[in-house]
Amino acid sequence: MVKPSSSSSSTSQDALALFNSLRSAYSATPTALKIIDLYVGFAVSTAIIQVVYMALVGSFPFNSFLSGVLSCIGTAVLAVCLRIQVNKENKEFKDLAPERAFADFVLCNLVLHLVIMNFLG
Amino acid sequence: MVGKPISEHVNGGTNTSKTTSPKPFSSDLLSNLSFKTLKLKTKQQELLIRVSILCLVYVLAFITRLFSVLRYESMIHEFDPYFNYRTTLYLTEKGFYEFWNWFDSESWYPLGRIIGGTLYPGLMVTAALIYWALRFLRFAVHIREVCVLTAPFFASNTTIVAYLFGKEIWDTGAGLVAAALIAICPGYISRSVAGSYDNEGVAIFALLLTFYLFVKAVNTGSLAWSLASAFGYFYMVSAWGGYVFIINLVPLYVLVLLITGRYSMRLYVAYNCMYIVGMLLAMQIRFVGFQHVQSGEHMAAMGVFFLMQVFYFLDWVKHLLSDTKMFQAFLRITVTCAVGVGAVALGLGTASGYISPWTGRFYSLLDPTYAKDHIPIIASVSEHQPTAWSSFMFDFHILLFLFPAGLYFCFKRLSDATIFIVMYGLTSMYFAGVMVRLILVATPAVCLISAIAVSATIKNLTQLVRAKDKVPQTGSTKGASSAKGSSKGSIDQSQPFQKNGAIALLFGAFYLLSKYATHCTWVTSEAYSSPSIVLAARGAHGNRVIFDDYREAYFWLRQNTPPDAKVMSWWDYGYQITAMGNRTVIVDNNTWNNTHIATVGRAMSSYEDEAYDIMRSLDVDYVLVVFGGVTGYSSDDINKFLWMVRIGGGVFPVIKEPDYLVNGEYRVDKGAAPKMLNCLMYKLSYYRFGELTTEYGKPPGYDRARGVEIGNKDVKLEYLEEAFTTSNWIVRIYKVKPPNNRW
Repeated sequence: MVKPSSSSSSTSQDALALFNSLRSAYSATPTALKIIDLYVGFAVSTAIIQVVYMALVGSFPFNSFLSGVLSCIGTAVLAVCLRIQVNKENKEFKDLAPERAFADFVLCNLVLHLVIMNFLG
Repeated sequence: MVGKPISEHVNGGTNTSKTTSPKPFSSDLLSNLSFKTLKLKTKQQELLIRVSILCLVYVLAFITRLFSVLRYESMIHEFDPYFNYRTTLYLTEKGFYEFWNWFDSESWYPLGRIIGGTLYPGLMVTAALIYWALRFLRFAVHIREVCVLTAPFFASNTTIVAYLFGKEIWDTGAGLVAAALIAICPGYISRSVAGSYDNEGVAIFALLLTFYLFVKAVNTGSLAWSLASAFGYFYMVSAWGGYVFIINLVPLYVLVLLITGRYSMRLYVAYNCMYIVGMLLAMQIRFVGFQHVQSGEHMAAMGVFFLMQVFYFLDWVKHLLSDTKMFQAFLRITVTCAVGVGAVALGLGTASGYISPWTGRFYSLLDPTYAKDHIPIIASVSEHQPTAWSSFMFDFHILLFLFPAGLYFCFKRLSDATIFIVMYGLTSMYFAGVMVRLILVATPAVCLISAIAVSATIKNLTQLVRAKDKVPQTGSTKGASSAKGSSKGSIDQSQPFQKNGAIALLFGAFYLLSKYATHCTWVTSEAYSSPSIVLAARGAHGNRVIFDDYREAYFWLRQNTPPDAKVMSWWDYGYQITAMGNRTVIVDNNTWNNTHIATVGRAMSSYEDEAYDIMRSLDVDYVLVVFGGVTGYSSDDINKFLWMVRIGGGVFPVIKEPDYLVNGEYRVDKGAAPKMLNCLMYKLSYYRFGELTTEYGKPPGYDRARGVEIGNKDVKLEYLEEAFTTSNWIVRIYKVKPPNNRW
């Protein structure tokens, strides 16, 4: 993308190598974190679908659109926060118990979705 | 801070007793036990002192704001608080849903105003909740008392938050000093005396609470604290339009941390949760609505939010990839994509008008000269003027000097929290320089940073003083000098001078702080406790004279005019007329419709016959003007008149400012411009004034507010008649005559 098209073959090779090494590195992550990643990916793709739908159909009940998209983005962001907190490799959160992290996550989600229900219209 | 040296001292004391006299096992245990209890006691003492100081500060913050109640009476002050009072009354009488859906036909006469959708309900709901809670506890209070005391109560709560915030960014000592400083700081008192029932009284508490909880969230990286700060933000949004400061300062802070390489996972957790939940909560306030995704002022926060995601993603990939070269390539691609997408989105949003550009109010904050050129209605308000140096000195006193010292200490011990307070201090100081009323926003930051300076200085000094006390003691007990002891001895050589210096500096610090306390009390009692609805002056014999003309006039309106009468006045008095006079007004302090205000300004600055047509078209029954010529009250309508001309002329070009000036000079005496001498405002203010002798030794018709003899003493009114003039002529009310019969 950055380089001119003449050296596109080497770029694609680079991309392939990048992809392979990413995949091999990623396969080492614990299963619990992989599940969270899947959840995040699902939430983000739902948000993208909603945005595309909005672009096609129009944003008339704007609060409904906002609450739908923000629900997905909020879920994704909160899940990423949970992932950060339960990840053993993050030294900053060593003294935070995973149970506590999960409780916080549930609390935030509860608030988020209560507000969204109020906003849905 | 206090406890530590004492406990060391106790520790030393027990040690010496143990070494000098060896005792049997049981007594050793006993001494151990006593040592333990003693140590506990000092800790308890420290806690006791801290709690009692906080309680005293809490009470002090409340009672120092009661001057106005003692001097005058328990009443609502100024202009905007009357609107807040009226809406609170409505809320407590009719309930929340009625309040939320309230369409007010008593203001902005032909148009009306959707109150529920155009106000920040936080203050009213807070006061109503306090009122209902007190009622539930069987305290038979009146809602007015609750409204009067809401601001002092929240000022007290602010001191507690200041303590916690100070503790979070520095230590408990700084927290205590911050609580004490903010309790009596005039910059804050000016907006939170008893009776000043305005949004700011609650909002400063909410502002500081939000910042404290956010810093706590950044320090701990906990979702729960971040959620709490989102709720603090929600409260702030519901209370005051100044929330825009939070939604811009926090992203700026995050950006600075990113640039300086202090990005951390804790920051990611704190900011993202706070932003998403806070934004959603803020959208529940109807007056704010979709602004978080549509207006230019809120875009910075959203941009930083996406930037954080990109940053986190890159960080994660970097963590996964071991090959740096590959990561560089990846970085290039991602950053190009992200920047491209962001720029395209912003460009499209702005071009299609989906993202509204910055509002004039926002521009006038960034550029102090903007309002003067483009928005006269903002520039006309005295509290929107740029701040003079003297008012900084007046409102901050010694904090002005302690502020840079505190900044020095913060930079010396740089952490995420101190960076936050430094940024808060510097940005809010800039805004305080742009607008007088924003000194209020700067006050908590100035108090906190100054508290750090005071606390750190005094701590260092007391350590010096204490060290001197201890050194000879250890020297006498140890006797034989080790290498360590000799080094201590060498310090000892220079200590007498140091100790004296430290004591002198301590005295100096206490002198300054006591000066601060007296200054604050003086300012509070003299300058900030007048309700401005009741005026006080010194009589000829030094006695106090009270001018209660405003309430007299509003009471007259309430009692003597038909309930559906429409009153025209300059917008300053709109809220008071609706709240106290219970009559419909044409314009009020909400200033949401510039054209409507300009129409009133045009009527006031036209000749009587032209003004009559305008007033007929607006259905005006009474005209109210404020006149200070008899009492020497200087903020009356004649002195505000040029703003009416400017605002009127801004919409209706027939009104030209030079017509009212003579050689660029504004005057009301014989040399005044002919249009000035015959415009409606002049006539209404000076009607029959020419017959009155106001001051001994001066000709009749001598205007005491401007110190001149008026130019047009023979004012004749054709279309209006005088209805009521208060005892000191401060408020004058005229009735608009019905049209003449056709034959």
